[in-house]
Amino acid sequence: MNLSRTARIALRAALAAGLAVVYVPLAVVLLNSFNSDRTFGWPPAGLTLRWWGTALESAGLRDALWTSVEAGLGATAVALVLGTMAAFAVQRYRFFGRDTVSLVIVLPIALPGIVTGIALSNTFHAVLGVPLGLLTVIVGHATFCVVTVYNNVLARLRRMGLSLEEASADLGADTFTTFRLVTFPMMRSALLAGGLLAFALSFDEIIVTTFTAGAGVRTLPIWIFENLFRPNQAPVVNVVAAALIVLSVIPIYLAQRLSGDNARVQGG
Amino acid sequence: MFPFMPDQAVSLRGLRKSFGAVQAVAGVDLDVADGEFFAMLGPSGSGKTTVLRMIAGFEAPTAGTVELGGRDVTRLAPFERDVNTVFQDYALFPHMSVLQNVEYGLRVKKVPRGPRRERALDALRSVRLEGFEGRRPAQLSGGQRQRVALARALVNRPRVLLLDEPLGALDLKLREEMQVELKAIQREVGITFLFVTHDQEEALTMSDRVAVFNQGRIEQVGTPAEIYERPATAFVAGFVGTSNLISGEAAVAVLGREGTYSVRPEKLRVVPGDGTPGPDEHSAAGTVREVVYAGPSTRFVVDLDAGGRLIALQQNLQVSSMDVMALRGARVTLAWHRRHEFPVAAPDPDPVAAGG
Repeated sequence: MNLSRTARIALRAALAAGLAVVYVPLAVVLLNSFNSDRTFGWPPAGLTLRWWGTALESAGLRDALWTSVEAGLGATAVALVLGTMAAFAVQRYRFFGRDTVSLVIVLPIALPGIVTGIALSNTFHAVLGVPLGLLTVIVGHATFCVVTVYNNVLARLRRMGLSLEEASADLGADTFTTFRLVTFPMMRSALLAGGLLAFALSFDEIIVTTFTAGAGVRTLPIWIFENLFRPNQAPVVNVVAAALIVLSVIPIYLAQRLSGDNARVQGG
Repeated sequence: MFPFMPDQAVSLRGLRKSFGAVQAVAGVDLDVADGEFFAMLGPSGSGKTTVLRMIAGFEAPTAGTVELGGRDVTRLAPFERDVNTVFQDYALFPHMSVLQNVEYGLRVKKVPRGPRRERALDALRSVRLEGFEGRRPAQLSGGQRQRVALARALVNRPRVLLLDEPLGALDLKLREEMQVELKAIQREVGITFLFVTHDQEEALTMSDRVAVFNQGRIEQVGTPAEIYERPATAFVAGFVGTSNLISGEAAVAVLGREGTYSVRPEKLRVVPGDGTPGPDEHSAAGTVREVVYAGPSTRFVVDLDAGGRLIALQQNLQVSSMDVMALRGARVTLAWHRRHEFPVAAPDPDPVAAGG
């Protein structure tokens, strides 16, 4: 499509403005984590690594980070197993209520977190009598993490079709060998992408976590929320935010690389 | 009814397959001899691919049996059958190299690495793809992928090679090349080739015998010449070539007989005006409705005075396009030798089953 010079300039400006809205505040957070002024005076009076040092030494922060990683890994593991199995069932078999099952699996990601939170909390607490703790957080997160894995695997299975597995069986491979040599390798990147997304979802989840974590369990988002309004913790919270910005670039970059790979594979 | 024949590569008996209420295959009996190049020809939805998939083991028949080399394999899984398939979309493993693709069958059968590699390279050589071992399927052209699929199947030296529309995805030029090449490869390896196609020309050119499928049944089995020159039913006459049926009152008027008859377009002579037929010839007068100039030949669509429409094909030996185009709307007589007209079973809801 040919655009006039004015239109091109206008569109570029709009793009720049749109990206600026997102990225300038992030840059401010990054910069402020080195700001020597405790109240984030602008422009920064000087640069310091003090807040990073404080953050690294904070035991509460370390615990919270570790709890979040545990919860994320746990929820991702559950999601990978259940999501993959559900996707296979829905994509590969015809059974009564298949569409309903698919809807029911996907629904939790659309459900307001507060509803999921209240519902799970009630059930754990009042109905099952399970004490709230890390395990309940993992279950709570898994409800929506399953969806990302499910969707990724489902899409992959649909694109892959049956002919590769038929070809494998035709060439003499039994069901297990076919899964090992063909189905799983073809799904690996979908599992990784779904898993990364599931981990990311779990890692910054706060609403469901609030309802399902007992008094002793504090994930990173909850720790941040608790410390956000304490004036002397503000610089440390800022450091955590800055660190998370840097960390979140990595999985997104990997996920994009992976889907790029798939596009190439599918082209063949 | 059918004697036991040990030299049959494939024997199908009373084969049926229903998908819900739809009967895809409605009773098929077929014998394919060892070493034959056999085509299953039919329009889409005629059940030919379903028959192929039942032979490969991807679909379980609703009724009937599949025998390979005299052994009943009806209930066996695909990996327990001594057949290999070349899929329509090739189904090459995109995450493996060409060599790994070709080695796959030997690998899962635990053939040691050395002989495995040697046989795979041999197979690649036989399809003229040496030097491509390291490539990924995505880096190959359509024709090359087709050959990899062929090598991947042939390397296992199956009793029967099944090919599902093997040339369907190739462009015309490549398709014609591959027709010749497939035939050569088959002669070289001596394996029974059983292939599915909807392309009548492909079936006639490549195969030793053809089975024509229609609505889940076989209408006729025979050599390409038998199928073309002596179609058993109106469907076969129409599907393999141009049907050119003379039936009803026209048959009585032109041939002096009742029934349905067929004459191939190239057997018709176009005589301008009211020509008189030679000895042993039949003729019918009519008006040229349409003239289609096609380079080496011209097609005349002629409406007969007696009713019905025939298509005549004439080689353009002397005439130019100018001359033939002038014949549009002209009065002509079509003449043909009596031995070129043959009766066909009328279009009929219950077509005649296999025979030959």
